[in-house]
Order: sequence, then structure tokens, then C-alpha cells
Amino acid sequence: MNTLKKFLGLVWMVLGPLTMTFLFIQAIDKVGLTHTDIERTNTILQWAIILFIFLPISLGLMIFGFYAWKGEYDHLPESSEEL
Amino acid sequence: MSDHLPKNNIFKVIGASSLGTLIEWYDFYIFGSLAVIIGHQLFPEDAGASALINTLAIFAAGFIVRPFGALVFGRLGDLIGRKYTFLLTLVLMGGSTFFIGLIPSYKSIGYAAPILVLVLRLIQGLALGGEYGGAATYVAEHAPKNKRGFFTSWIQTTATLGLFLSLGIIVITKNILGAETFGNWGWRIPFLLSIVLVVVSIYIRMKMHESPLFSKLKAEGNISKNPLKESFNNKANFKMVLLALFGATMGQGVVWYTGQFYAQSFLENTCKLDFNDSRYILLWGIAFATPFFVVFGAWSDRVGRKWIMLSGMLLGILFYRPIYQVFLDDTDYTKIEQADILAVTPARATAVLMENLTDSLRTVSTKVSLKNGASFNRVQTDTVSATRGILLGKEIIKDKVLPTPVFWKFVGLIFFQILLVTMVYGPIAAFLVELFPTKIRYTSMSLPYHIGNGVFGGLVPFIATLIASFSGATPLSGLWYPIGVAALSLVIGAIYLSNKRDEKIND
Repeated sequence: MNTLKKFLGLVWMVLGPLTMTFLFIQAIDKVGLTHTDIERTNTILQWAIILFIFLPISLGLMIFGFYAWKGEYDHLPESSEEL
Repeated sequence: MSDHLPKNNIFKVIGASSLGTLIEWYDFYIFGSLAVIIGHQLFPEDAGASALINTLAIFAAGFIVRPFGALVFGRLGDLIGRKYTFLLTLVLMGGSTFFIGLIPSYKSIGYAAPILVLVLRLIQGLALGGEYGGAATYVAEHAPKNKRGFFTSWIQTTATLGLFLSLGIIVITKNILGAETFGNWGWRIPFLLSIVLVVVSIYIRMKMHESPLFSKLKAEGNISKNPLKESFNNKANFKMVLLALFGATMGQGVVWYTGQFYAQSFLENTCKLDFNDSRYILLWGIAFATPFFVVFGAWSDRVGRKWIMLSGMLLGILFYRPIYQVFLDDTDYTKIEQADILAVTPARATAVLMENLTDSLRTVSTKVSLKNGASFNRVQTDTVSATRGILLGKEIIKDKVLPTPVFWKFVGLIFFQILLVTMVYGPIAAFLVELFPTKIRYTSMSLPYHIGNGVFGGLVPFIATLIASFSGATPLSGLWYPIGVAALSLVIGAIYLSNKRDEKIND
């Protein structure tokens, strides 16, 4: 199980930037599809919110993956004293 | 220490904590329950679907700042105590809700209206971010170790009951005032009413005592000097914050908001159900499912928290699309045979002048009643232009009232979704409390909870509606967001989380 945890850590590390790249491409794509100024402003606002929120979360997922890869989750604390 | 608290005292603690939390949830959810009406008030009348999406974005903004509220008020809670911190959050929440009820419409003050509401909504989000962690921590720190899941699950019922209360008050107000008056100004009443509820709750909470574990730490001089630094600069704590977020609260948040919010939004905006029908369905579903918060909370004391929560996520992943497909199929009135029609009432036309003052929108509405008890309105909105003549709009079917058997079938499907909510949400407070030590608990548990619920969960209606509006998308496309997030959380939770309960939380 610890080997699985470790190698999945690599997946989480890759998943963070992949998600952000996907969202950036979607944002550019959807803004490009707009026809009027007000539609463009709305779409930019909506996608700015999404990117602003998911950027730090993707970073968090990368750090989580890094910890998993380093074996930090091989043993979880069984009491608060171990934290 | 907590093991020796008399049983009647723990119920007083739960009652006082829960009432305030319930009122905060009520305040927070009225906005979502009235998104369509508020959209009409805050944005130009010809804004169409973008008004709804922008209103949902304002609704979501309240969720997005919840983690910041968790940090600010969590820090206060770990420094000055649980009691005074969540008194402060209650005042902020009640005050901002009251003022939302007083904001003039777009017609009166233009774009200042949505901006003011956005500011108040952000204050609401900050206050809620500080509230929940405090209430859950407060109850858990009073509860005996073998009943922590059971006692904290009462706090968990408050979010759903807050939604129930908001829906109930909205439906009652609308039925008393009538649809038109409610749409004009009556929608403000549920917001204004909040001030009364908050005053009652403040009175009750003023009588509460500080948490015994926090008092003990304070007496021993062991309270954290900088809980933020201890929570997030300490790698051992920070890695648990990340694990709690990605392995539990992220998936729990999307299951929560799909079952209780996206479901309502989908029934009202995609299936075009009648305003009251969509709310009655949710009210019944909530009423039947709410006791299961306590059932799953208590069960988690015996079998552990992990697998109950992950089972709820798995069932959501498997059943969301089939459930929403049934919603779509059973509200598809486009293939009605002439023989099924009982009566057609004559068309009613209304006209609204557009912003350019030369064109107007003409809406023609015809009510159709069917023999099986169902009914709907056929509505066509045309643009009457002074220069271009009449531009005919597309006919849409809305305000659908369901036949009784289908109504109860929908109640059953909503009940099932809320049952999943009770599985993921009932045990989560105990799970989070047990993950972090007392002196940084308020700060540490609040952050993953509010990112999971506020950001991942709170964005479900907004992102799912946005995805469904893309060209080439189907009405069910929006569901890929909660399904994808829940699936990721399920995998991480199943592999990385432990099912062991930490019985000793008073460190």
C-alpha cells in the first residue's frame, strides 16, 4: 500500500499543473467564442473567478503529491500527540 | 474532562451551538434559494441567462471567502476562545443578511446594486467561515469520546435545517403575498427576518460557557501564540490539512451541494419546474433525510468515519447521472398528445420597455392543464422593435406542475441524494476534530472544511450551470464537475485516510 501511495504521489503532482493548463485553455477558448462586449466581460469574469480559485488548490494538490512521494503518508498519526 | 459533563448539559451545549449555526446557514442559503428573483433585481431586465450566472457567481463569492473567514476567525477562536469568536460571527452574518434585504434594485441604483450585494455576501462568507469550525469544535470538546460522532452530528443537521427553514419561509412568504408582490419586494422579507432570529440566538449564546478543553489550556498557559503559523508552518499539521481536504472534505462538499443546491437549481432552471413544486420536493426530501445525519454520526462512533463518508461519495458518482436523466425525462412535456390536454387557458400578454427606450419585450403566456393533474405554461418572448419590427422569440415551456406520482418519485430521488449528504456529512465534524490537536483545532479543521465545502461544494451550481451552457453540452454535462471531484476524493480517501478514531482529543 505504501508503494501505491508513493507512486500515486507522482500522479497528483502531475495532475495539479495539468488541471490548470486545461482550465487556461478552456478560458481562452470560451472568451474567444463570445460575440458581444458584455458577453466577453461576463465570460472573462467567470473564468477569472475559476482560475483564481483553482490555482492555489492545484498548487496544494502538487504539494500533497510531493508529500506522498516522499512517504509522509506512509504512517498516519494515530493520536494527536504524534502531530 | 469532557467525559464527565452531565448529559443534560451536553444537550444544552448542542442546542445553543446548533441554533446559532442553523440561523447562520439560514442567512447564507436564502440568497441561493432566491437566485432567480435576485438576478432580476440586480441586473438589467434583458440580461437573460447571464443574470442568473452572475447571481450564482455572487452566491459563489460568499463560498469562496469562507476559507479566509476560517483563517481569521479560527485564529481568533484559538487565541481568545470559542465562545466570543462565534458570537462575533453571528452578529456579522445577521447584520449583512439584514442589509441585503434593504439594497435598492438595479433600476434604482444601477450596477451599485450587485456590487453592494457582493460586498455583503463576502461578509456573510467570512462570518460563516468562522462559525462552523467553532460550533463543531465546541460541541466535540464537550462530548464523551465514544459519542463524539453522535453529538457532533447534531451540529451537522443545522446546515440542512437552515436550508429547510429558508425554503419554508420563502414558500410561506410567497404564498401569502402572491407571486407578483413577492417578485417585486416580498423577497426582501426572508432577509429582514434574519435580524430577529439572530437577536434570539445571541441571547442564548451569551449564556454559554467557554469550552472546557480551551479553558484548561488557557489556565495552563498553553494556548497557541500563533495558531496560523503552528497550523501551516508545521509540516506535520499542514500535510494533515491537505489530506483532510483532498481525501474527505473536497468530495463531501460536492456531494452536499449537488444533492441540496444543484438539484434545486436543475429542477427550477433546466427542468423548468414550478417555483413552489421545486421547493416542496426539496422540503420533503430534507424532512425525510435529516434524521440520518444523526444515524450515520452515531454509527461512525462504532465502525469509524472513513468508509461511511467514502460510500456516500461512491454512490453519488454512480447514481447522479441516472437520477438527473429521470428528472429530465419526466419533465419533458414537448411530446404531449392532444388527447392528454384537459384545458388551455387564453393567452396573457405583458410588455416591458428595454434599456434603449425604443424596443420592448412582449411576453405571451398560455396555461395548459393535462388530464393526469400536470400543468405548464407555454411562454413566448418577442422583441418589438421600433425600427426592425417584431422579432419572434422561441417558445419555452415553464412553470411545470408535476402529476402526484411523479412528484413523489422526485421526492424519493431528492431524498436519496440527501441521504448521501448525510453519509458524507454526518461523521465529518468528528473526523476533523480528531485529526488536529486542541490548541490549533479551530484554525486547522476550519480551513479544509471551508475549502472543501465553500470552494469545491459552493461552486457546484455555478460551475455546473456554466459547463451546461457551453456549446455542444447536454443538460447533464454539468454533473461531470461533482462526479470528477468526488471520484478524485474517493481514490485519495480510500488509499491515504485511516479509519482509526483518535479517542484522545484533549491534548
